Amino acid sequence: MDVLQKIPVREQDPKERAHNFAEVCLGYNEEEAKNEAVRCINCKNAQCIQGCPVAINIPGFIEQVKEGNVEKAYEIISESSALPAVCGRVCPQESQCEGKCIRGIKGDPISIGKLERFVADWAREKGIKPQGAKESKGKKVAVIGSGPAGLTCAGDLARMGYDVTIFEALHEAGGVLVYGIPEFRLPKDDVVKKEIENVKSLGVKIETDVVIGKSTTIDELMEEEGFDAVFIGSGAGLPKFMGIPGEQANGVFSANEYLTRSNLMKAFKEDSNTPIMRAKKVAVVGGGNVAMDAARTALRLGAEVHIVYRRSEEELPARVEEVHHAKEEGIIFDLLTNPVEILADENGWVKGIRCIKMELGEPDASGRRRPVEVPGSEFEIEVDCVIMSLGTSPNPLISSTTEGLEVNKWQCIVADEEKGKTTKEGVYAGGDAVTGAATVILAMGAGKAAAAGIHEYLSKK
Amino acid sequence: MYKIVNAKELTANIYLFEVEAKRVAKSCMPGQFVIVRMDEDSERIPLTISDYNRETGTVTIVVQTIGAGTYQMKSLKAGDAFRDFVGPLGQPSEFVYEKPEDLKKESIIFVAGGLGTAPVYPQVKWLHENGVDVDVIIGAKTKDLLIYEEEMKAVAKNVYVTTDDGSYGRSGMVTKTLEDLVKEEGKTYDKCVAIGPMIMMKFVCLTTKNLNIPTIVSMNPIMVDGTGMCGACRLTVGGEVKFACVDGPEFDGHLVDFDQAMKRQQMYKTEEGRALLKYQEGDTHHGGCGECGGDK
Repeated sequence: MDVLQKIPVREQDPKERAHNFAEVCLGYNEEEAKNEAVRCINCKNAQCIQGCPVAINIPGFIEQVKEGNVEKAYEIISESSALPAVCGRVCPQESQCEGKCIRGIKGDPISIGKLERFVADWAREKGIKPQGAKESKGKKVAVIGSGPAGLTCAGDLARMGYDVTIFEALHEAGGVLVYGIPEFRLPKDDVVKKEIENVKSLGVKIETDVVIGKSTTIDELMEEEGFDAVFIGSGAGLPKFMGIPGEQANGVFSANEYLTRSNLMKAFKEDSNTPIMRAKKVAVVGGGNVAMDAARTALRLGAEVHIVYRRSEEELPARVEEVHHAKEEGIIFDLLTNPVEILADENGWVKGIRCIKMELGEPDASGRRRPVEVPGSEFEIEVDCVIMSLGTSPNPLISSTTEGLEVNKWQCIVADEEKGKTTKEGVYAGGDAVTGAATVILAMGAGKAAAAGIHEYLSKK
Repeated sequence: MYKIVNAKELTANIYLFEVEAKRVAKSCMPGQFVIVRMDEDSERIPLTISDYNRETGTVTIVVQTIGAGTYQMKSLKAGDAFRDFVGPLGQPSEFVYEKPEDLKKESIIFVAGGLGTAPVYPQVKWLHENGVDVDVIIGAKTKDLLIYEEEMKAVAKNVYVTTDDGSYGRSGMVTKTLEDLVKEEGKTYDKCVAIGPMIMMKFVCLTTKNLNIPTIVSMNPIMVDGTGMCGACRLTVGGEVKFACVDGPEFDGHLVDFDQAMKRQQMYKTEEGRALLKYQEGDTHHGGCGECGGDK
């Protein structure tokens, strides 16, 4: 065994998985995990921990995997993370823990994500649950939104002994983990539901079907229902459209709608009561992780799928692994291409998309080279479905109904990074609601920071 | 779970359910809607609120059992429960923000069509309770399909019933009654609120444009989440894209692009029809849905 090379992880064959919704990555077994763990040199000044937004004691848990003490490894991870089976699957490890790994200088970094996943899956299969608080603090905290930020914040507070209730607008808890990320990347029943049950086993209550700002307000929760503090982790749920002609045609969807139908409402199943368009040829506009998810979902529902992205491959915001998987499965990348119009037939159904070729010019404010149109290069792609995946922004429902809660010009809630403190006393916020659309783990980091902030606030009160 | 405290069939395929939903009952206003799910695997179905009682904590909805999702609701009785009942969603009717003394100076006509009569009721009731009396036109295909006539009479100044086939009340479409009232019977109106099928609202708007009466309509497009997340309900109003779920459901009817909205309404028609067919036929289903291949 070459210590410079990581133990490869088993995956479903691309040809096969292109036609099913079962998980792509199969994960390590105990032997593979041990062999990978042995590669960790247990650095004294572990850079990987600094790369982790929730600061998991990574060398500590890997050491236990090495020794075969998987339960102990799970305990160590659980001290810092409420959702290890989720994070092991969807975190961008290459730019976080694994990106900092010393092993990565000369060879492959340790597959920290795959090891985390192994430990979490092992614990779940053995029915091991995280430990709750021994004593109650006698104070109530409301958490708005049951996505990664809310679940993490709730879990941490419950472990400290607070009485926590999560309010979720949809009928199922999990936020983006249930409506956004597809089954083939993150199994819902086996992984997401189980990790949410773990959070509940810490004493957290979850009330679904409550839209804060409509069903009740933050002020009412604090004044009438006796909550001492509130954490807002309501995410960034509003879809963006391009504003080009034809966008209201039948067969044009936001990625949010398409993915919500498939993931939350299970429209990918033949017997689902919620319909989803079974298109022949789909253009997914955008190049982020959500675009990859939408594209790979459409592919599995039987379509030929094109990713239409205005910059080049290098600038694709999606994780390298997602792009790689998408290509393996047969997604076609139409890069340096930008839609200018959606063409519809006389009944209002999409029949094509008119695009223009782009080339890269000078770097823009984001540091990426700005795409500019190539004059006269317009052409048409024949498609019957277009999925817009251009990013999302926070929903103004909460900020517009909460007095004293400041937002910036992008409707993001203003909160300090260190503790998640907002402009309203006792109200904390974190995750996409504050930063705009980002990743699961960054939201979890913010949820964690806010839990510490809320604890500090309530301890003084 | 949300307990059904009262269930009744108002007329063929139209059912009323009074449901225990404390948070919704406490905060809802006329014009808003809820999303319900019957059980674990059901669709999310948006329904406009037809009545509410803050004391008992109940909210009433009226459902036409035509799609696969709503068809199953036929079997629900008092004591049963909905799996989900979320709301209130959308914006309240604009008039709830106006002063009753200003509203009293206006002459308002409501035009209700078919199932749309149910969501008109809480608006007329709210106005009545605030000392504002309004006229209401109720249109139905035929006498047997008429709903909410007595309830409406109790809260409106005048109720004009018209049936398409002339089997009860006046004869013809609601637009004819509206024109007759203004042109033949000397009525003047400053404002119109029309709720019913999209095609009806479109024609009411064409009529009121001619009669120069500002008109509010309540749009009921396809939705998934109902909180602004999916954009399925987007429509064009005055050249701008709006989401019915958060910006509406009520809009200036003279600015709504009805033709586009009606096309978008057709999006899942075939899929829904197939789903209903499968459901109705149950074990005897053997083809015709286009999916199972049983007839091939």
